[in-house]
Amino acid sequence: MWWHRCSCVPLRPVYAEFELSLTAMGAKPSGRNVQGQRVCQRRPGSQGTKMEMPLWLAKGLYERKRRVLSMELPKVYREGWRTVFGADPTVVDLHKMGPYYYGLGSQLLHFDSPENPEIANTILQTFIGRFRRTMDSSQNAYNEDTSALVERLDCLERSLFKAGQSGLNSFQLWEKGRSSHLTASSLVINYRKRKITDLQA
Amino acid sequence: MSLLTLRRNFFNVHVITTTKIYRENCLNEAKTEGKSELIPSIKFRHSCLLRNQRCIAAYLYDRLLRIRALRWEYGSVLPTTIRFHMCAEEMEWFNQYKKSLATYMRSIGGEEGLDITQDMKPPKSLYIEVRCLKDHGEFEIDDGTVILLKKNSQHFLPRWKCEQLIRQGVLEHVIS
Repeated sequence: MWWHRCSCVPLRPVYAEFELSLTAMGAKPSGRNVQGQRVCQRRPGSQGTKMEMPLWLAKGLYERKRRVLSMELPKVYREGWRTVFGADPTVVDLHKMGPYYYGLGSQLLHFDSPENPEIANTILQTFIGRFRRTMDSSQNAYNEDTSALVERLDCLERSLFKAGQSGLNSFQLWEKGRSSHLTASSLVINYRKRKITDLQA
Repeated sequence: MSLLTLRRNFFNVHVITTTKIYRENCLNEAKTEGKSELIPSIKFRHSCLLRNQRCIAAYLYDRLLRIRALRWEYGSVLPTTIRFHMCAEEMEWFNQYKKSLATYMRSIGGEEGLDITQDMKPPKSLYIEVRCLKDHGEFEIDDGTVILLKKNSQHFLPRWKCEQLIRQGVLEHVIS
């Protein structure tokens, strides 16, 4: 699981899956951890096997000197897509291309690929290119359906959008003079809603 | 923002699996003695252990953050429905947090201390108009008068007295 940088953590596992060439020797028994995730099974001595692995596992096994694993970059970070991002970052549907584009990209730099400087630069420039539009739309969409604005954004951009919206809403509340209006806590409202649905069920 | 019951059995399974995996690792390490063959498998198991640890830590931490928010949203006394979902250690943590907060509040603002859980939104007037959302019984205000809070009754009460009840959903702040 790759942890998103802001530590409000959802517990859904995010599999950063990519092909790995295992150039390792050594008996590795079939591993299965508590959640019963995918079994990494290898027969002893099978070199050059390609398999998919979660990011945390790849990071744990990776070693520069010993060359246990070599990592194959996912599509979005390769040369072809990098040129697309260079040309116009705003047209890309980042949610479809991997909802954690920025986060995963930053983690991939860990694996010492020769293209690292270019990957890092692309990620940075993409963010810079797209940020303006995200900020603009979040500050100007008041009280309307924002799904069209949000659907092509990656998760980091979505959290920024949400922050912008919450700022905008607070400001509007203040302008209307309702910032001193006392309200029930959100917990109470949710419990009440839950109770009603329980009664109806 | 809801707190569900702590998944105890999930943790027990985790502890058992962890010890099993750890023991396998120790066995392998004993066999190694200078050869580097088994190191990838040791690293593999270790990564699994660390990852499970991270997941559990995140889950527990998230719960703690919600429990902390409960102090600010609900007040010092939690309703039984919520307390039912908390385990003993979390209750203990909550009580400690309450104590720390109370100590802090006493230390600031001069002699009597300052209640920072009040006036979370900027106050505009001393007295506010409130409507009762459910029967809450009798309510005494500072000058001794007792008010009967019946459903749908409206009252003009001091703000600092009502704030807690409004947050709990008993009263509703009416703005004309």
